[in-house]
Amino acid sequence: MDDLYREVIIERYKNPLYKGELDPCDIRFEDENPLCGDHIRIDLRVDDQNRVTEAAFSGHGCAISQASADLLLESIIGKSLDEVKALTKEDVLDLLGIELGPVRLKCALLSLKVLKAGVYGLGEAPDDLVGEGIE
Amino acid sequence: MLSVEEIRRQFPILHRQVRKGVPLIYLDSAATSQKPLQVIETMQRFYQLMNANIHRGVHTLAEESTAAYEKAREKIASFIGASSTKEVIFTRNTTEAINLVAYSWGRKFLQPGDVIILTEMEHHSNLVPWQILSSEKGIRLEFIPVQEDFLLDLDVYRRLLELRPKLVAFTHMSNVLGTINPAKDMIRLAHEAGALTLIDGAQSVPHFAVNVRDLDVDFMAFSGHKMCGPTGIGVLYGKQELLEKMPPFLGGGDMIKKVLLRDFVPNTLPHKFEAGTPAIAEAIGLGAAVDFLQEIGMDWVLAHEQEITAYGLERLSEIPGLKIFGPDASHKGGVISFTMQGVHPHDVAQILDQDGIAVRAGHHCAMPLHEKFHIPATTRASFYLYSRKEEVDLLVAGLEKILTIFG
Repeated sequence: MDDLYREVIIERYKNPLYKGELDPCDIRFEDENPLCGDHIRIDLRVDDQNRVTEAAFSGHGCAISQASADLLLESIIGKSLDEVKALTKEDVLDLLGIELGPVRLKCALLSLKVLKAGVYGLGEAPDDLVGEGIE
Repeated sequence: MLSVEEIRRQFPILHRQVRKGVPLIYLDSAATSQKPLQVIETMQRFYQLMNANIHRGVHTLAEESTAAYEKAREKIASFIGASSTKEVIFTRNTTEAINLVAYSWGRKFLQPGDVIILTEMEHHSNLVPWQILSSEKGIRLEFIPVQEDFLLDLDVYRRLLELRPKLVAFTHMSNVLGTINPAKDMIRLAHEAGALTLIDGAQSVPHFAVNVRDLDVDFMAFSGHKMCGPTGIGVLYGKQELLEKMPPFLGGGDMIKKVLLRDFVPNTLPHKFEAGTPAIAEAIGLGAAVDFLQEIGMDWVLAHEQEITAYGLERLSEIPGLKIFGPDASHKGGVISFTMQGVHPHDVAQILDQDGIAVRAGHHCAMPLHEKFHIPATTRASFYLYSRKEEVDLLVAGLEKILTIFG
């Protein structure tokens, strides 16, 4: 089995735990990776202390982008929005447990980019939000 | 009878390993072809023995490099059947060649409301220049649809011609579908309707004999790097009487006959369109690539690719859940684009890369075409004169492995 396609990634891609939509929700943001057409939307519900109570993602993409979205949302349940803002590229790579080249890094970090842009309430999601350092 | 193994010996890169013990299986020639020794060595010799700027110098090296550069132009003119070297303009690539026509011819000769006909299967390079022109000058763009069988709808084309378009610009062969369009008939119909024609030959000129006089095409653009030549060099063919009437594209050295402080007199063809120091070594390299292809013979190249493509279509269609986007082998060049159910094209390409198999995943610079088929991306395997049936077998084995990973 190929390292990039660890069992957890294939499993999360095929049977994601956080795929869906939350309607209504408190925070919603979507964006795409123009390189491969991956598209992700993230919906969040937060409690009165600004802690994430529910999260869901929708859209389409490769195994890396879908699995990273699923693992990322799982990791933020119960976290405060400030904690979410502090998430980094390394946090996502730790969740995936793989090393990625620059092209696939974009796939892996799309969900973090969408999540942070949503939490910051930005109109768009700049790449430097997640410290990709490319493009 | 030439063997593929003999041809492969000319391409050093085909013998490298991607990683230790993993030989390269290069199935991405539609993006760029590999280069034979003949081209690499010609360019190396140029820099080792002859390098000088062209056209202005009187010293020996300048004379030699000018002669070599112009000799390359002659080879290319003869390769595509141009009437004269004045009709062969060196550009950076297909994209720049199409932009040249859009800027120079389009700006001078088109009026608001004029119609340009394109197709739904164009590469972005034959869409965006016309979109820019369209928004600048109020040009109306119309599109020949792609049918369910991945061929152009020529009935709609005939109806669109009733709009009396000024230009019909289309790809000779789709870089995604592999569809080879009936260029000669389409050009004849366009001329009957009073339109000029431009073909994007990026995928046709490298793969089969294309004769501009036989086609009677007005403009044709193609790239050196897809036909065994280097990157950074491409060609615009244009009929002389059209090029004569067109204003210069870029201004600068070499494209002028005379310069005053407030005015200039443009140079004669083909230099009028070649401002600044061109890609000299690359042009000479492209000349060597043309020699290489002609020694092998374009009929051999075509026959070989048809055989590989037919074999590839047959083998790939055995894979469950795999859908091929493109017509049957009789209308198709050497590209096979496909999707696999439940697996994103990027994952397909990434897993194949682990076995040294180089394919492309994405929209292949044809986003509107992918949108038409409601798919974000495809995986594309493409062949050239050095491709082998064994490589198709390895591709199929790789795809079967993907089925087990994602199964």
